[in-house]
Amino acid sequence: MTGDRVSYTLESTLESVNWAEQAAEQFAARFGLQDDDRQEFAMAVREAAINAVLHGNAYDRRKTIEVTFAREPETLEVTVRDQGKGFDVAGIPDPLAPENLLKQSGRGIFLIRTYMDEVRFRKLNPGTEMVLVKRIRGKSADKEKGQS
Amino acid sequence: MMKVSSRQVDGVVIVDLSGRITLGEGSTVLRDTVRDLLSKGQKKILLNLAEVTYIDSSGIGELVSAYTSVRNQGGDLKLLNLTKKVHDLLQITKLYTVFDVKDSESAAVASLK
Repeated sequence: MTGDRVSYTLESTLESVNWAEQAAEQFAARFGLQDDDRQEFAMAVREAAINAVLHGNAYDRRKTIEVTFAREPETLEVTVRDQGKGFDVAGIPDPLAPENLLKQSGRGIFLIRTYMDEVRFRKLNPGTEMVLVKRIRGKSADKEKGQS
Repeated sequence: MMKVSSRQVDGVVIVDLSGRITLGEGSTVLRDTVRDLLSKGQKKILLNLAEVTYIDSSGIGELVSAYTSVRNQGGDLKLLNLTKKVHDLLQITKLYTVFDVKDSESAAVASLK
């Protein structure tokens, strides 16, 4: 079973960030993710879209981001791709380190990891691919089983 | 969309925020509001977040930036009335250890006087 899948190509704009968040909210609701999980899912997608539009494509209108939502048997997965220069995930400073607490930026990836169950990165040529995975738990999973 | 209004209580400016503090308008409004207050010499600031529903990483950055800007000018900035979501966000980012967070407006104002 490959599950439902939908993909969008979006401009590198703030509107796309808001749009991706709303699409995530609707996708999560459609597959019965419960309140807190649904909010975390949408927040993580927003952060991934910010990362792609702002840090990846640097608001370059000639570049796009691609957001794909997929429902797998036990998870919801989101893939966000940008066309930027790419970045070294291991090189991102720890935002919880005392010397970084007062920095204005650098918390996006940390929040994505907090909100999701699994996060994977892959270098593209050019760009970065981020895969976010959220497990369907409890009532959500029961509901889905009942429907299938 | 974020709404903002401010009022004076015993020499402290209370900024009432409502809505979302996120990349774009929300973060910009917060930045402009604090910058405007500092330019007028108002350095004792209480941000009332009771009606703030959501803050993203950009909004967190603006809160931190507002805090450091005010402190660098010899003032102080505190937070009032966090919702559970915002409270949790400050906990996981460890910013609860940075910000002085209050639940009572009168106590918060007294602590800033």
